[in-house]
Amino acid sequence: MSAVIALQPVGDGCVDAPVLRERGQREVFCGLTGIIWLHRKIQDAFFLIVGSRTCAHLMQSAAGVMIFAEPRFGTAIIDERDLAGLADCNAELDHVVARLLERRPGIRMLFLVGSCPSEVIKLDLSRAAQRLNARFAPAVRVLNYSGSGIETTFTQGEDACLAALAAELPAAPAGAAPSLLVVGTLADVVEDQFARLFAQLDVGPVRFFPPRRAGELPAIGPNTRFLLAQPFLADTARALEARGAQRLAAPFPLGIEGTTAWLRAAADLFGVGAERFERVTAPGRERAAAALARHRPRLEGKRIFFFPDSQLEVPLARFLARELGMRLVEVGTPYLHRQHLAEELAWLPAGTALSEGQDVERQLDRCRAARPDLVVCGLGLANPLEAEGMTTKWAIELVFTPIHGYDQAGDLAELFTRPLVRRDLLAAA
Amino acid sequence: MQLTVWTYEGPPHVGAMRVATGMKGLHYVLHAPQGDTYADLLFTMIERRAERPPVTYTTFQARDLGGDTAELFKTAAREAYERFRPQAIIVGASCTAELIQDDPGGLAKALDLPVPVVPLELPSYQRKENWGAAETFYQLVRALAGPADRKGQPRGAREPGRRPRCNLLGPTALGFRHRDDVAEVTKLLVRLGVDVNVVAPLGATPADFARLGEADFNVVLYPEVAHTAAQWLQRTFGQPATKTVPIGVGATREFVAEVAQLAGIDASAVLDGASPSRAPWYSKSVDSTYLTGKRVFVFGDATHAVAAARVATHEMGFTVVGLGTYSREFAREIRAAAALYGVEPLITDDYLEVEAKVAELQPELVLGTQMERHIAKRLGIPCAVISAPVHVQDFPARYSPQMGFEGANVLFDTWVHPLMMGLEEHLLGMFRGDFEFHEDAAPSHLGRGAPAARGEPSPTHAADDMAAPAAAPPGASQTTAQALWTAEAERELKKIPFFVRGKARRNTERFAVERGLSTITLDTLYDAKAHFSPR
Repeated sequence: MSAVIALQPVGDGCVDAPVLRERGQREVFCGLTGIIWLHRKIQDAFFLIVGSRTCAHLMQSAAGVMIFAEPRFGTAIIDERDLAGLADCNAELDHVVARLLERRPGIRMLFLVGSCPSEVIKLDLSRAAQRLNARFAPAVRVLNYSGSGIETTFTQGEDACLAALAAELPAAPAGAAPSLLVVGTLADVVEDQFARLFAQLDVGPVRFFPPRRAGELPAIGPNTRFLLAQPFLADTARALEARGAQRLAAPFPLGIEGTTAWLRAAADLFGVGAERFERVTAPGRERAAAALARHRPRLEGKRIFFFPDSQLEVPLARFLARELGMRLVEVGTPYLHRQHLAEELAWLPAGTALSEGQDVERQLDRCRAARPDLVVCGLGLANPLEAEGMTTKWAIELVFTPIHGYDQAGDLAELFTRPLVRRDLLAAA
Repeated sequence: MQLTVWTYEGPPHVGAMRVATGMKGLHYVLHAPQGDTYADLLFTMIERRAERPPVTYTTFQARDLGGDTAELFKTAAREAYERFRPQAIIVGASCTAELIQDDPGGLAKALDLPVPVVPLELPSYQRKENWGAAETFYQLVRALAGPADRKGQPRGAREPGRRPRCNLLGPTALGFRHRDDVAEVTKLLVRLGVDVNVVAPLGATPADFARLGEADFNVVLYPEVAHTAAQWLQRTFGQPATKTVPIGVGATREFVAEVAQLAGIDASAVLDGASPSRAPWYSKSVDSTYLTGKRVFVFGDATHAVAAARVATHEMGFTVVGLGTYSREFAREIRAAAALYGVEPLITDDYLEVEAKVAELQPELVLGTQMERHIAKRLGIPCAVISAPVHVQDFPARYSPQMGFEGANVLFDTWVHPLMMGLEEHLLGMFRGDFEFHEDAAPSHLGRGAPAARGEPSPTHAADDMAAPAAAPPGASQTTAQALWTAEAERELKKIPFFVRGKARRNTERFAVERGLSTITLDTLYDAKAHFSPR
């Protein structure tokens, strides 16, 4: 039955579809959580949150058992003395940073990360970063961005970080050859796979952003074209465009179709012929198709409901609907960036219920009424919904797992089949 | 501002959540920015609760700050009441909401809801989680405890024929082994012939609070949460409260005697005869002889740390070399206990300070929290968890109380377990160079000698080229001191079993410095050994 949906001709999909916009309680992470993966990606950077005990507690609860060594992030906890006078607050911050840099002399880049309390008391972290830069440059570059919950939701923390970093990129020399920049944190293994594919296609030079080390910032200029690897990078794209770079419109590299179209966008830029493109991408596409075929029987026709979390929901829903035959009950996203998602929306089955923002109680009512086969949601909702008899896939894992590209398509599908398989296994016992 | 890598306690509103989530029929409306809902997963994931915490967050965003956040709060409170129909509501602010000063208490009063609304004032920039839990519980007790006609009345004698009854105060959601401690203590009380009137906050409803005054006395299981409430109940209903926390066999027996006295009953049936716990015999059996004098460092909340130090010293035969807590509210108790064991009390919530202390003391076992697990792992020291904060593995499926006679059994197994592996490693110290079991395969460049060779060498850390200063914590031998060692003495040092090697190195260096020796020879090593050996 689901084949009907998968085989729907590519029309306008959901490009102009109405979106349910809700405001109410939002059950989401704040942008600080982006630090959990960013601190591993940029290996000589340190993320210093300027916030409250809540921020520190959030980071440690969210990072959980993943981090047993001293992590490359910490919190400068504001206390009542700091609240008494702001001048004192700046001096305190300088002191904390000095102590930190003494303790961790390997740090080359320090991010001062704003939080709700620091934003509300209007502690000017950009001035603090300037001041500290004057003191510690060139050994350490100090930047700032906000990961506060009042401004950012979950993956938007990466967006804010990369947007701040975009302003620091060196300028490409005038008349530089066209180059490609892949934007958005990817698992190292995925980055390497894409680099190999680009090399085989003769697409290049290609750089990845963020880089693995602070000293490896790619140059950028009017001849730079960039491809977003992640859907949540609105501000970063704007910052790159302000530097003259241009975005290549493409869907996101999830699943076979997404990856192919995404690579095609880069190939077109460098004039790669259709035949060569076919030859280079065929092995990956075939491997992915074989992997997906194994998962399709499990997922085909199953009804899935997305709670908002990471902005990955729309591309994921597109992949699950088109390549695995799932039926979309509701696709919730914290923010819907229509321009960056235009290609994705066109591929969504027409009539898909889209929602932006959240009123979690009402959304739960809709979810319960719909009784979907699989619910994609955060960890605050997953176990309670399981206890109500629903099957859930906790969404954060989709951000912490390599899911992009051909060779991860099977793994990505598996993330959705696993809870269903498990439910069957346990029911059979 | 304080630089924080790990924090022992969350903010005070998390303490309030622990009270609310532990109870039934109570709802918490929390004025908080988007993202603070992370706290839900403490309960749904770490404690694996099957329902959402009864907390409605306003989750305001930046765009709301220009508008009416107070109205947002009122809407949230009204809708929460309509949807959940709780018996009572608590309202409060998280750290960010505290800054915008919307006065949740006043706003909620203005809504005129048909149930009691208890406002919470939790100063987020001064206080922490346990204080928040204690304050919330206290405010709830003050607002809801009854019966009203008993308030301020002198307590009459128990009617003849009625069994004595008590309240169990202090257990909450997300408490370290609270679930099973309640079961174990209840079992113990039933054996004594004492009924349990109300357990609170865990499992209680606001309606149950109205019966708190009916009990003859209160059992304070967790002073960090229940101390203030118990004091108020004593003043208001004349209920005395227990002072002994029944962790360990000795404390449990003392607790039984205290309960018997408060209840006016005879406890000899429980106290005389064979011990209901296996722990004393296990500890007496010759297999445990090697535990004698093992040097332990104890850190946790004050209640668990004090209890653990007592068990370690008197029931396991360990030597407590360090004792500390992050509960500043109970610093006095820790100081008193530290004096008993002749150690410096360590009262701090600074993880780095605790780490430095452990490195300096070089204990053979660390009894601490999740954080001390990190420290012990880095320093290659066996470790067992005795206190919150803990992670998911310390909310086990099996019955595992810390309190009472069964709790003592659990403590024995848990604490000895990491040391058993230590004994195995002892053999490594005797027969070196085994092709399979060679402990020195690990990186010695971390400056900590062989201990890091054990178990997992923590790849994340070894690979972390930026951790250098953290990897050489104060107290570990410094390069200057190391230069004093002759090659022969250094080789001999390596023959000392790894878990006492750090201590031996430190003692020898101290010995050499005190005597102004420029080099440490084989003889210095053994002179120092003789000098420091227990007499």
